[in-house]
Amino acid sequence: MAEPPLLPLTLRGVRLSRGGADRLHGVDLDLAPGGCTVVMGPNGAGKSLLLKVLHGLETPGAGRIDWNGQAPGPAVTRRQAMVFQAPVLLRRSVAANLDFVLPRHAQARRDDLLAHVGLSDKAATPARRLSGGEQQRLALARALATEPEILFLDEPTASLDPAACLQIERLVLKARAAGTRIVFVTHNAGQARRLADDVVFLHRGRVVEHSPAARFFPTPATQAAKDHIEGRIVLSH
Amino acid sequence: MTPIPLIAAALIALGTPALAQTRPIVVQSTTSTANSGLYDAILPAFEAETGIDVRVVAVGTGQAIENARNCDGDVLLVHAKPDEEAFVADGYGTSRTDLMYNDFVIVGPADDPAGLAGADAAAALARLAGSGALFASRGDESGTHKAEMALWQAAGIDPSEGSGDWYRETGSGMGATLNAAVGMDAYTLTDRATWVSFANPQSHRIWVEGDPALFNQYGVIPVSPRACPSVHTQEAQTFVDWLVSAEGQAAIAGFEVNGQQLFHPNAPAPS
Amino acid sequence: MQDFGSSFALAFRLVLSGDADLIEIVLLSLRVSLSAAALACAIGLPLGALIAVARFRGREALIVVLNALMGLPPVVVGLVVYLQLSRAGPLGFLGLLYTPTAMILAQTILIAPIVAALSRQVLQDMHGEYDEQFRSLALTRGRAVRALLWDARFALVTVALAGFGRAVAEVGAVIIVGGNIDHLTRVMTTAIALETSQGDLSMALALGIVLMVLALGVNAVVQTVQLSAARRSHG
Repeated sequence: MAEPPLLPLTLRGVRLSRGGADRLHGVDLDLAPGGCTVVMGPNGAGKSLLLKVLHGLETPGAGRIDWNGQAPGPAVTRRQAMVFQAPVLLRRSVAANLDFVLPRHAQARRDDLLAHVGLSDKAATPARRLSGGEQQRLALARALATEPEILFLDEPTASLDPAACLQIERLVLKARAAGTRIVFVTHNAGQARRLADDVVFLHRGRVVEHSPAARFFPTPATQAAKDHIEGRIVLSH
Repeated sequence: MTPIPLIAAALIALGTPALAQTRPIVVQSTTSTANSGLYDAILPAFEAETGIDVRVVAVGTGQAIENARNCDGDVLLVHAKPDEEAFVADGYGTSRTDLMYNDFVIVGPADDPAGLAGADAAAALARLAGSGALFASRGDESGTHKAEMALWQAAGIDPSEGSGDWYRETGSGMGATLNAAVGMDAYTLTDRATWVSFANPQSHRIWVEGDPALFNQYGVIPVSPRACPSVHTQEAQTFVDWLVSAEGQAAIAGFEVNGQQLFHPNAPAPS
Repeated sequence: MQDFGSSFALAFRLVLSGDADLIEIVLLSLRVSLSAAALACAIGLPLGALIAVARFRGREALIVVLNALMGLPPVVVGLVVYLQLSRAGPLGFLGLLYTPTAMILAQTILIAPIVAALSRQVLQDMHGEYDEQFRSLALTRGRAVRALLWDARFALVTVALAGFGRAVAEVGAVIIVGGNIDHLTRVMTTAIALETSQGDLSMALALGIVLMVLALGVNAVVQTVQLSAARRSHG
């Protein structure tokens, strides 16, 4: 690829308000190439909003975003992909949902992707008749089909049963192993331990901690992170 | 955004009729001639003879004249002589020719509540106005409506004073007005052709007829190519010539409904 | 009063006898109204999609106007089209008055706002659901609109049917611009109006029954195709 890579990313003083209230106030964040970053934090901390800002779906009111010298925009968004908590699938067959994002005549690649997420036998099934886990795997396959440099996942397993949840996690780890940079939002501490190379802890619209997983989980630097890991209910406001 | 040329092309393709050898003509006509079936009876012979496709637009006389003034017809065939003469005088028609006549009749409920039987037209209308019985008027500036207004004037009555009360203006064609008259037990003035071929008379019947004041003259006028360059003059003239020819006049005389002749040809002999 | 039974019998006999005039009128009705529905879709669907997806000044007002245009009176449309197509009007040189083309044009104008307004609603609802995903995929607006049109196709077929139903049932526009000319521009509704004015109410009613059966037939065919297609591809 002729273009320079998107990473490292530098975020400085990013602010965003919604409904008259500040939701992100002054987020600073650096993301290096490679690995899986897990974004954690109590409900309302701004995890999803931060992800949308990174993916270019939300435009912050203030602050600087620098993708290795490139400003946010469609060209950056196109080189990323996102899996939402509730997958939005087209009202078409499973195969057609992948064809939608693949170049023409890419049947072989589509079949590989279907096999990769275990949906080969469902290719002709209407996508919206799949189970919740299958739908999320299809959404993940669609995201991978675009060969993103960075894959964002916003609580993709929040409404799935444990087995479906593990399938998604395995696929995410495979993608990471294949070189895709992962940014994964979850409020599930167990899942975070299984996936994270490093952890961004968000509290009240600020990044209060960003450290390697090996340090974050045994020795969180803030009381809020400590409470969150230990499963104590924390109100963000 | 919208592919307008494409749509225009599709429109033309969808709507273009098969090309004919001779150009068709549009006749702006009063309704009585069309609704009684006169054209169905006489046109096939003309079309077979000349290959000219005659397209009849049947509307009230007032609207027919208006349409012809907009150059939307090649021939005008109506029954309101003063208006027809004005049409020619204004340069829209080349010349007006008497074509045929029939008569108006006053029809009403079977029990004749206003007691019109035996009266002439003016007396009948005078009687009707004071009787409390209803009268349905075309109210649409048609030839029949104009004839009706002339009759009221002759009777010395202004029916508009009873408008909405006993004088009901339908603003519709003859057929719709007859349906209304039958529906509300009202009297009405109609040309005999429409009445004889009208299929929903129920118990209504003719109460006034035979008065010379009820004479109904039809005229025919080719639309002038000077006023309307788009008219198919030659075909229009061929049609008018045929109508007033011995053959055309015989065809008109031969048209009967229920054994009754509806139109009496009276075109002047062609010179 | 007229006897419905006799009208049904008459309608039945008309259809069974294969009356040539009736077949001609039925075919013209279908040709005119299906053409108008197709053209109204060609105009109304992209327009509805554009308004559903785009954000611009005056959008809300445009939607109000579009929705109001669904109530266009056919006779007014007929009159306006007549004034344009009349020899005395600006488009008189085309010679389209009193032709099926004029009738298609008038009905297209009548129902294009219906197609646009209803498809705008359908597509806007779906756009609300798809928008974030489409932005994530960084789709161009054209690609997003096409995807919406395709995914909403079953609902949009119903929109097209609503347009067709309005077209095939209206008399006010086609009688003015078509002239109800026998063997040229006479369609079901103008034939019904003519039979009514001639007092032949049972024939008028019989034709009305044929018209309703016709509309039922078109809807049944479309629905069958729609259902079987939906079963294959819809969730």
